[in-house]
Amino acid sequence: MTTLVLEKIWKEYGDQIVLENIDITIESGSFVALVGPSGCGKTTLLKMLLGEERPTSGRILLDGVPLKPEPDWDRGVVFQRYSVFPHLTVLGNVLVGREFEKSRFLGRLFGSRREAAVEDARTLLKSVGLADHENKYPAALSGGMQQRLALAQALMRKPKILLLDEPFGALDPGIRAEVHALMNELWVEQGITVVMVTHDLSEAFRLGTRVIALERRRNRPEEKERYGATIAHDIAVWPPKKQTKLNGSAIVTATPPILAADASAAVH
Amino acid sequence: MRIINRHPSRGLSVLLAALPFIALAVTYSIGSYQRLSINPADKILPSVTQMMNAMSELMFVQDKRTGEYLFWSDTAISLWRLACGMGISIAISLVFGVAAGFIPWIRALVKPFVEAFSLIPPITILPILFIMVGLDEASKITLIAIGTAPLMLRAVALAVEEIPHEMIVKAQTLGASTWQMITRVVLPQVLPKLIVATRFALIPAWIFLVSAEAIAAVSGLGYRIFLVRRFLSMDVIIPYVLWITLLAWLMDICLAMLQRRLFPWFQPESKS
Repeated sequence: MTTLVLEKIWKEYGDQIVLENIDITIESGSFVALVGPSGCGKTTLLKMLLGEERPTSGRILLDGVPLKPEPDWDRGVVFQRYSVFPHLTVLGNVLVGREFEKSRFLGRLFGSRREAAVEDARTLLKSVGLADHENKYPAALSGGMQQRLALAQALMRKPKILLLDEPFGALDPGIRAEVHALMNELWVEQGITVVMVTHDLSEAFRLGTRVIALERRRNRPEEKERYGATIAHDIAVWPPKKQTKLNGSAIVTATPPILAADASAAVH
Repeated sequence: MRIINRHPSRGLSVLLAALPFIALAVTYSIGSYQRLSINPADKILPSVTQMMNAMSELMFVQDKRTGEYLFWSDTAISLWRLACGMGISIAISLVFGVAAGFIPWIRALVKPFVEAFSLIPPITILPILFIMVGLDEASKITLIAIGTAPLMLRAVALAVEEIPHEMIVKAQTLGASTWQMITRVVLPQVLPKLIVATRFALIPAWIFLVSAEAIAAVSGLGYRIFLVRRFLSMDVIIPYVLWITLLAWLMDICLAMLQRRLFPWFQPESKS
């Protein structure tokens, strides 16, 4: 069980206030989609979750403990680009997380420990549909396949929470639908907790159990600097999606469910 | 059709590539023939036969004083100096380049110094080296290393900084320590670029090698060229220059092949 709590997060760059008063509690097993217009600070928020940036004030607690101020294994990530290592094969990319974990000095596994890791990696590759490509280098894969590989790579390390930064933004529409289906499958089967930043509302509602929209309330030029974005809408997606494993419980949220169609209207 | 849109066929490309070489050879032959027909003892533009005679003496006849085959011993000692100098340079640039490119504290410490150091014209250090480490091998090897290391170190550090930030964050989210990131992420991605840097650094390396040998040495390709210069022995100088060019070209090709063989995933200009 993983709970991520953001308490009164503010983020300022000098005089510019980017985010103000962000209060979110993310329950185990939920799939939170962060949406909002560009420049509203949703990526900044994700970077704070990653540990790349620190909130100016407020706290982020993962299972009740403040986040480490640097990226670490408890928060996995998939970016839009550069998420996989070009010098490793598909199998190597998935293995590397386990190798980092189990071999502190060499960063490599041998013998039976490697075989066990390879077996786990193959299972994951199969579930993302890359079983037949394990010896290829990422450069030989299409964009959609690279993102699926990035997902498998991140899941191999079993992070407490998976962060996605517009992971499917650069894909063609057809491929994107495929990867959406896969993402949904992984979420259902692996019982993971996900926070995804996206600018695509339909994606947010298709995949998310909860959609959080960030918005600047005041947007007049003279106010822009002094007022950051904050949570404008916090919507539990209807119908609720359920996971089958680990965190199997249905998603319980305090806000009353709204129909997806109404919700997208509410955001824009 | 505009000329920028017209491409020569493959065969024609080869022919075009050969043309300047052929033109140079023909021009030389004509000049050489004319001078020799006026004065058979002319030394400035020797004929191919004269060059071959001079070279066969250096290649296949033992030197009376040292008992060595001069051409081959010159080549061996020059390549040895070049290899030592480049080896030191590669080692320094890998260790400090990766550290400076990856670890902010070390970058702050090393980078300004290297940048200032690389502005020193290396050849001006040569007298200092002769005084400090003497006239033997060490001074020549040091000159090559000093001349190429800052260059390569900066190339390596830049290659490290060019690794997308996302990739480094990703490695950390997979739980990698700094050491694991250096060995499993940074080094493998830097090595192909190190080969590229080595290919570029070989050009100044040859310059420093020949300069050092010209100024103070008793063997080596550069030494020989500057020795026989006193006798206007163009029949030795020209083949030696061609030989050095050939060696440099072969090294470049070997390194390019090595890069393709060892790093099949690496494409210098990625397509996206």
